[in-house]
Amino acid sequence: MNLFLILSVLVLIAISLWQITKIFELSQAKKINTQVADDEDNNLNGKLMFVFLIFIYGITIFSFWAYGDVLLPDAASEHGSDYDNLMWISFAIIFFVQTITQALLHYFSYKYRGAKGKKALFYADNDKLEMLWTIIPVITLAGLILYGLYTWTDIMTVEENDEALVVELYAQQFNWKARYAGEDGVLGDANVRFLQDFDGKNLVGIDATDPNGFDDVVVQELHLPVGREVIFKMRSQDVLHSAYMPHFRAQMNCVPGMITEFAFTPNITSEEMRQDPEVVAKVKKINKIRAEKSKELVASGDVALDPYEFDFLLLCNKICGASHYNMQMKIIVETEKEFENWMSSQQTFAEVIQ
Amino acid sequence: MSTAAAHTEEDHGHHHKETFVTKYIFSQDHKMISKQYLITGLFMGIIGIAMSLLFRLQLAWPEQPFGIFEVLLGKWAPDGVMDPNVYLALVTIHGTIMVFFVLTAGLSGTFSNLLIPLQIGARDMASGLLNMISFWLFFLSSVIMVLSLFVEAGPAAAGWTIYPPLSALPQAQPGSGTGMTLWLVSMAIFIASSLLGSLNYIVTVINLRTKGMSMTRLPLTIWAFFVTAIIGVVSFPVLLSAALLLIMDRSFGTSFFLSDIFIQGEVLHYQGGSPVLYEHLFWFLGHPEVYIVLLPALGITSEIIATNARKPIFGYRAMVASILAIAFLSTIVWGHHMFISGMNPFLGSVFTFTTLLIAIPSAVKAFNYITTLWKGNLQLNPAMLFSIGLVSTFITGGLTGIILGDSTLDINVHDTYFVVAHFHLVMGISALYGLFAGVYHWFPKMFGRMMNKNLGYVHFWVTAVCAYGVFFPMHFIGMAGLPRRYYTNTAFPYFDDLADINVLITVFALVAGAAQLVFLYNFIHSMFYGKETVQNPWRSNTLEWTAPVEHMHGNWPGEIPHVHRWAYDYSKPGQDDDFVPQHIPLKKGEEELQH
Repeated sequence: MNLFLILSVLVLIAISLWQITKIFELSQAKKINTQVADDEDNNLNGKLMFVFLIFIYGITIFSFWAYGDVLLPDAASEHGSDYDNLMWISFAIIFFVQTITQALLHYFSYKYRGAKGKKALFYADNDKLEMLWTIIPVITLAGLILYGLYTWTDIMTVEENDEALVVELYAQQFNWKARYAGEDGVLGDANVRFLQDFDGKNLVGIDATDPNGFDDVVVQELHLPVGREVIFKMRSQDVLHSAYMPHFRAQMNCVPGMITEFAFTPNITSEEMRQDPEVVAKVKKINKIRAEKSKELVASGDVALDPYEFDFLLLCNKICGASHYNMQMKIIVETEKEFENWMSSQQTFAEVIQ
Repeated sequence: MSTAAAHTEEDHGHHHKETFVTKYIFSQDHKMISKQYLITGLFMGIIGIAMSLLFRLQLAWPEQPFGIFEVLLGKWAPDGVMDPNVYLALVTIHGTIMVFFVLTAGLSGTFSNLLIPLQIGARDMASGLLNMISFWLFFLSSVIMVLSLFVEAGPAAAGWTIYPPLSALPQAQPGSGTGMTLWLVSMAIFIASSLLGSLNYIVTVINLRTKGMSMTRLPLTIWAFFVTAIIGVVSFPVLLSAALLLIMDRSFGTSFFLSDIFIQGEVLHYQGGSPVLYEHLFWFLGHPEVYIVLLPALGITSEIIATNARKPIFGYRAMVASILAIAFLSTIVWGHHMFISGMNPFLGSVFTFTTLLIAIPSAVKAFNYITTLWKGNLQLNPAMLFSIGLVSTFITGGLTGIILGDSTLDINVHDTYFVVAHFHLVMGISALYGLFAGVYHWFPKMFGRMMNKNLGYVHFWVTAVCAYGVFFPMHFIGMAGLPRRYYTNTAFPYFDDLADINVLITVFALVAGAAQLVFLYNFIHSMFYGKETVQNPWRSNTLEWTAPVEHMHGNWPGEIPHVHRWAYDYSKPGQDDDFVPQHIPLKKGEEELQH
């Protein structure tokens, strides 16, 4: 792949260099140092405009062919398919408009390139035409807006209910913690002022005077049961962070002094996701890269890298300082039973502070 | 109007002898001030673009040390390995410089100053003194911004949006110390400069138009500059207040934007403030800022496309209406930067609605440009190529705005490289193309000489290919979920497969950077050795080409030309030439186009 890339870039550079020399040759013949375009300039640049149109199409096709596999990873939440539908519909419209308008723009630039004695058409206005291209965008956008708003309300309406699992995501420079509400289903009050209580064992600042907090469980790895709604309550202790979970089509900022919310229902376990053909291909690709790196490492006396295994990730997506690029948490989606097992092996807040 | 014109004529009739200082440094002449803006803006542009090349190197080969890092960054890149804090600083200052110093002051400052008096038929700006102060405040703010690069702990590094608490707390990152203070001071001065400039532009356009220059006869450039100035006056003060409140939080212990913070093992006293408030204030300017950058570029493009297509701009009225619509809508869409900031989702719905509406006037503009080319006699000089290029990137970048402006879709691509690709194409590259187009087109007016067109062609074609080469693949790594402002994407394996795309992007970026050197050489060389220009090299209709090549105070010897027609009588049937300048009276029996 890399070799192909380098080759194609070299070819591109070669072509452009050739074009540049051609232009210079033309210029040398005339030795006129001015910007006014003559027939030869118009002819050459008009044709280049057409070539450029092909280039735009070319880079589009190339990008889809070479990088299409990284576009929008397969969704792992219930609203994911709604999101993806809206995305692909919008994309279809965009591509249609892009293809047509770029074609017109560059084709006209080529077709109507200037020449001596040619006369342009005096054509200043056409109300009908302008109405047409005002109304078509209006209708298209009205459709997109309505569809978008419908989906948005659907995703963003968070209703507290007994079934849902309530999880607090807690951000700090530069790591994530998660707090589960425990058996009572209610998160205990918390504030950064309590962080120093209990010799720093109070990792997310739970208020020890609130009885709801005693059965809360604080962990460094996010486990979620499949098929059950999860309501996230986000907090941050220092600067803005953003909890970004691309596979679940979920993102919400974590704001100091405020609790933000986002909810989704994971609909595929990590184990199942690892069998997904797209994920299998990705893992294979990454492991190939890692194997190459390992070879170099071993050659220079270092330890080889472990093979990569797919996991869902929670990434920080709001600039938060030096290690912003390395602030992530593993998300494990598992069956309800596995989740219960895992949960029962965790210490509650009451146990931690004893 | 006529009295004002008469008055200024008298002013310039008997004139004091100029010294070097009053002519070249503390000049009150709009043409000189425009050159000062351009050269300062280009200088800042060199810094801004060079920074982007440095962090592109880092992104493409994250594990590789580069000697150039150590040379340029010194102790911030020991053994050629860039420090993550410095990476963030480079990204921050690149954004700040390009958005404000190059594409706001460099673009608007240069061409509003040059063209407003010349195209409306005025002797100078309404207030030459304020104009001079405006430039020198801009210069001062540039100097402070550049100085901030040399402070011990490094310049501001919280992103160009400098969201608190990161920007407010020196404990949060080294760049939030002295570097951030200087950033804020520099921006406060910059805003003062921008406001003085904008007020001057507004007053000049309203009061100093020559006889016959009604608002409906104004060239679209002037419409664009005029409306841009209004947006600036409406929105820049809000950024100033955000900056002042942030300075208070940083230095005087207030809590406008801060609350409940625990950092470096200690609980801070701040209580009750909200970073979301800052985001609202910032984006109340931040979004209109996009149009402050873009509208002048579109105005310049309108003028250049019509002139070089030898055709009237298609749909003049619709073009003006869409400038006004964009300006109005631009002030009520800022919330689309904040869909996932924690604000009420209902607000998100409202902002989705207003945001997608803005696509309508934008589409009208794009279609009108394309129709202007149809059946033209296109003179494809470098300025024209950059203008066509602008329309191309404006469409490509604008279309992805439909995805980002939709609150639902924004959830997964917010703050990823998809956004970076989108705004670089639609406002960065487009506005830069506008700047280049303007320089190529009005260079003869500014310096009395022509630039070399062949170097201009090389500059355009290499830049055009590279702009797509850099930003088109970037959409893909964004859709893959890679967040922006990551020092490297290889800290954990998940994004390892994006490495080859990053290499491709960087190669294109480096070639694009090299192409700008061609422009720079052409610019400097032509300034001194370019071929001397004729008065109206493009056979253009607007008034600036009726003024003599040699610059003079008051722009025209004798009377200011009166205006008898709109600016777009190109290839009008019944005329001998394919252009009829605005000051030529209507022929007997000729009707002015009802536009």
